[in-house]
Amino acid sequence: MKRSLRFYLQLAFTVVVCAFLVVPVVLSIMAGVTENFFVGIKSGLTFRWVVEVWTLYNKTIFLSIGIALATLAVTLLIGIPAAYVLARRQNRYTRWIEELIVLPVAVPGLATALALILLYGQFSGFRISWTFILVGHVLFTLPFMVRSVLAVMSAIDLKTLEDAAASLGASFTQRFFHVILPNCRQGILAGALMVVTLSMGEFNITWMLHTPLTMTLPVGLADSYASMRLEIGSAYTIVFFIMIIPLLVAMQWMSEPAKVKPRFLS
Amino acid sequence: MDNNSGNPAKLNTVGIRLNACGKTFPDGTRALEPVQLEINPGETVVLLGPSGCGKTTMLRIIAGLEQPDAGGQVFFGEQDVTPLPIEQRHVGMVFQSYALFPNMSVAENIAYGLKVRGMAEVEKKQRVVEMLSMMHLESFAERRIDQLSGGQRQRVALARALAVRPRVLLLDEPLTALDAKLRESLRAEIDRLLRSLKITAVYVTHDQSEAMALGDRIAVMEKGRIAQIGSPREIYYRPATRFVADFIGSMNRVQGMVDGESLQLPSGLLRVGPRVSNEVLFRPEDVRIVSNGEAQLQAKIVSAFFLGDHTRLILDVGNEQTITAETVDRREFKPGDIVPIAVDSEAILFLE
Amino acid sequence: MKPTHRESLRHIVLLLPALTIFSAFWLLPMARLVSVGASGEMGVSAYWAVITDPRYFSSLVSTIVLSATVTFATIIISGITGMFLQRNHFFGRRFLLATLTFPLAFPGVVVGFMVILLVGRQGVVGSVTEWLFGEKLVLAYSMAGLFLGYLYFSIPRVILTIMAAAEKLDGALEEAARSLGASPWQVVRDVMIPGLKPALISSGAICFATSMGAFGTAFTLATKINVLPITIYSEFTNYANFSLAAALSIVLGLITWLALALARSMAGSTVAAAA
Ligand SMILES: Nc1ncnc2c1ncn2[C@@H]1O[C@H](COP(=O)(O)OP(=O)(O)OP(=O)(O)O)[C@@H](O)[C@H]1O
Ligand SMILES: [Mg+2]
Repeated sequence: MKRSLRFYLQLAFTVVVCAFLVVPVVLSIMAGVTENFFVGIKSGLTFRWVVEVWTLYNKTIFLSIGIALATLAVTLLIGIPAAYVLARRQNRYTRWIEELIVLPVAVPGLATALALILLYGQFSGFRISWTFILVGHVLFTLPFMVRSVLAVMSAIDLKTLEDAAASLGASFTQRFFHVILPNCRQGILAGALMVVTLSMGEFNITWMLHTPLTMTLPVGLADSYASMRLEIGSAYTIVFFIMIIPLLVAMQWMSEPAKVKPRFLS
Repeated sequence: MDNNSGNPAKLNTVGIRLNACGKTFPDGTRALEPVQLEINPGETVVLLGPSGCGKTTMLRIIAGLEQPDAGGQVFFGEQDVTPLPIEQRHVGMVFQSYALFPNMSVAENIAYGLKVRGMAEVEKKQRVVEMLSMMHLESFAERRIDQLSGGQRQRVALARALAVRPRVLLLDEPLTALDAKLRESLRAEIDRLLRSLKITAVYVTHDQSEAMALGDRIAVMEKGRIAQIGSPREIYYRPATRFVADFIGSMNRVQGMVDGESLQLPSGLLRVGPRVSNEVLFRPEDVRIVSNGEAQLQAKIVSAFFLGDHTRLILDVGNEQTITAETVDRREFKPGDIVPIAVDSEAILFLE
Repeated sequence: MKPTHRESLRHIVLLLPALTIFSAFWLLPMARLVSVGASGEMGVSAYWAVITDPRYFSSLVSTIVLSATVTFATIIISGITGMFLQRNHFFGRRFLLATLTFPLAFPGVVVGFMVILLVGRQGVVGSVTEWLFGEKLVLAYSMAGLFLGYLYFSIPRVILTIMAAAEKLDGALEEAARSLGASPWQVVRDVMIPGLKPALISSGAICFATSMGAFGTAFTLATKINVLPITIYSEFTNYANFSLAAALSIVLGLITWLALALARSMAGSTVAAAA
């Protein structure tokens, strides 16, 4: 097929945009495995930066995974029941609630973090524990879980399905686990991926809430960018990439066959 | 709760009684005036009426999905089930949208009511097989719901509702989502089922031929009230109100001057018998095309529609009044022709 | 108990955990933040400081100007790229799409680092310009660097939103306009932009709000760039001026929330904030 000049101009523009996004990623991967980035590849390839990152920062990786999983557990436990009620009762109050719980995302994380510190900072046991960060992450990710589940619940006729199960003698608990949950698993899965990804990458709130003993991966990244040589920062970034790539691939894969996308992703 | 699982062969069906069951929704909509309704064990009652008249509301009150206003009571046999939620009423319900569980196969859907009752695996399997064969669904047992046609889904919904051997069967416009042909064959199937199971059934529809075909009795509803309840024949031949007369079948309405035992019209004298009124009603199929000697009226054809098995005529009887007549006469009728017609006085109805 | 009451009770119980956590850890702290904002030596007028004090006012203005410029540039760049990728199928398209989704999950700090690698002291652009002109081009540690960083995290989001909206756009409208003799530019102006308007408004608002509140990128590039989040941060940590930091962050929160609410009322659809 013959393409017009306009096509090639747009293609060139698009390639430039993509290069803008991808070139630094490639650079950071290169820098992370080069002996001396300033000298270039000819200085030789090495894993010593990655090893160094591991010895310096492995705690942050485990803490981030732990916090992400804990955040997931909490958002599942409180988010799914909330989404269910918001789907079943659509009135003024539930719309308000829906509005309210999105606020921690609409308002900069810095404000949320300051507010948490000002109110709870005095409880030093809580202040220095990882659960302080967990609270921030739950606030920030909960709306994504709720919206994602709610989107699926609104797309199916939840009430009639539940009525049908009840007419067959199912108690509420039975209805919830046999009918409601299985039919929302798309939304739950999409929400879960979203929550874990966001929690792994959260910085704005976490930076304010962390203590030297509760450093998460992004906090560690900021620390290494500020105080370590470029190669170590790059190697650390590679570690971060490796951790989020599976999540991104899973999200892509989820959004393709079934048309159920979390409303927030875009 | 499951008071008949001991004897799976027998259906323990009960009558239904509604006592002053009204329904006002929180937004103030008065969906149902306090109604009184008695349904005998094994009987099929059809709730028929125009959209919004409260049929679904009444059905949902019987099911336990909706609470009647204060003072309303629902009895299953002698038991007052008003405070019981639907899951404790032991009913079978078929929804207009079928409401089959998308996360379960056909067999799992049918087995669901048995599963939540904790029925033993062997017995459950056997019951499912029985239901599958009753609804001719044997080859679909492992299918997913989205792999079924509308008619098949409908049969699964019926099988699922019946599998628990409910005390009463409630159906809300179960055939509305299907096309006309399928609707007719499924209607026959449901009829066979209801007769053979002898289950108490409440069937909601706004399709009067469905109501006529299935109902032992029909309750015609209007604006939250039962306008008339009776056998299909009673409803059709002796409508109690103008609303019922107009809603069931079609009805001609003619006004004229009373002249002895007849009504005087520009096209002739319509004989109505000893009881006279200046307005009478009769059905299109009761208008007979007769020889000139027998003619009561000489009507002028306004339009004629050949419909295959019969011809529908729109006739001018004078004073700007038209009536509809249906005839199996094979003649070719033409607008403008004059036809001699008569109506038997037994076919004439008077309504206040 | 009546079944309907039982159901209401059940719904309340199911909402309660989420509401409790939200109230205890967001509403209450926010209320505290508001009161702390008014508790400093300036009292309630701390909330006006952002306008009356030239230091904070310039910080506010530069943040708004920067965010608006980023939003505008992002919409144009993403509009062209997104429409192109949506309408044309060619070898390598999937690869280009994949490069767009990858940065979606980057936190602000990583984006800042990307900018450093691109236009920082040891950045690739600097090396190229040094080789070409004998002079290093270093943009990273200034407003220009911040601008690039915000573009970096905004472009992927907006492109994907535009592509999703363009997919739903009725292709027949475009064909109808062309059959009526509209030029490609007229088709864009009269059919495509109006059709994409809700998506453009909502993604633009998200882009603006995110840029206003972005902290990680600025933090990585330099803590001396005069944008509001950095100002708040240094008031809080360097000067321990809690009340002013609180007041400024409330103002900032109000601005971002307002931008999103405004966009939603204009676009008539759900405008959710972004990560
Ligand atoms: N949950 C509700 N809240 C408020 N009003 C309702 C509710 N459900 C039904 N109604 C109203 O009650 C009236 C009766 O509704 P119902 O569903 O019983 O009618 P129907 O006879 O089944 O009609 P259709 O043939 O259209 O299904 C209608 O005016 C309807 O708008
Ligand atoms: Mg109805």
